[in-house]
Amino acid sequence: MTHADSHEHPIAAPKKLEGQAHPISVYLWIWGLLFVLSFFSYLVDYFHFQGLLRWTLILLFMFLKAGLIIAIFMHMAWERLALVYAILVPTCALLVLTGLMSFEGNYTFATRGTHFAPEVPVAVKATH
Amino acid sequence: MAHDASTASGTLAPLEGMQGIVADWSSDQRAFKKVPWGKAMMWIFLLSDTFIFASFLVSYMTVRMSTTVPWPNVSKVFSLTVGGQEVPLLLIAIMTFILISSSGTMAMAVKFGYQKDRKTTALLILVTAAFGASFVGMQAFEWTKLIMEGVRPWGNPFGAAQFGSSFFMITGFHGFHVSVGVLFLLIMAAKVWRGDLDREAPGFLTGRRGNYEMIEIMGLYWHFVDLVWVFIFAFFYLW
Repeated sequence: MTHADSHEHPIAAPKKLEGQAHPISVYLWIWGLLFVLSFFSYLVDYFHFQGLLRWTLILLFMFLKAGLIIAIFMHMAWERLALVYAILVPTCALLVLTGLMSFEGNYTFATRGTHFAPEVPVAVKATH
Repeated sequence: MAHDASTASGTLAPLEGMQGIVADWSSDQRAFKKVPWGKAMMWIFLLSDTFIFASFLVSYMTVRMSTTVPWPNVSKVFSLTVGGQEVPLLLIAIMTFILISSSGTMAMAVKFGYQKDRKTTALLILVTAAFGASFVGMQAFEWTKLIMEGVRPWGNPFGAAQFGSSFFMITGFHGFHVSVGVLFLLIMAAKVWRGDLDREAPGFLTGRRGNYEMIEIMGLYWHFVDLVWVFIFAFFYLW
């Protein structure tokens, strides 16, 4: 009887949950940090920082927030690398897409400057 | 007595690092170990969703870079007047804090779920849903305000015409995600409250037996919605 219960029928054994449990203080800390970081990124706009400083600060706070959410709230920090890499590595393809499209965007902007510019020379020619 | 539990039960401790990746991916039956299959599938769905949102954000970048008309001053467009003073991005900041708070309550719901604390879990999920619903409400207010001011997908009084199409597409798709999330949170809260997860009752749609891993999987989706907002906030509202 005891054999049958413990070893012969592994499928019938009660399912052990594979989820994650962490102390509540971890979540509260991250919650607080996210508040502070959001407040900082709001201040970037409030104080009208411009140019390179603005973009650097926005990206810095953005990546810190995203990292905290993925690592702690979504438990990525505690997963096995096989899952972490399967999810995070493909997103690097987006950097390539961003690079290609910024090249494309600049090109379109330049073309518009050439082909849709006010046609001053033509108007001048017409008066003669 | 000297040998540890892993050798006694006949299984080896899983490898770590690069060797662990190779071992997991080349292993029999399952590559993603120590996660329920539903969680692995949710992660793969979120990866595909990441590409959809990234496509929207990248196309927004492209139209913003290529337009010859100046982009509207976003800080001014989204400002609110409080007590006769114009505060930039006020509503957006409040929405950001609300979404972060909802993520916090969701993370705690997952934790209390694994502790089988049925009532606290259901309550925290309901609070999360309430935060989510208020977020959608504020977004509706914001859309109404902009539409009244004459912002359309094909043009607006503040600058480049592409502003409207980017705004409605990106925030609309995100708002849709939040709305669907709220709906599923409410369903999940009802399941938890009824004790479906404790009784392992089959779900009404898929017939899968209830368990507390479902809350963590639901949580992944909800945190993802918050995560996308982080990027929208940075690129659309602050840039």
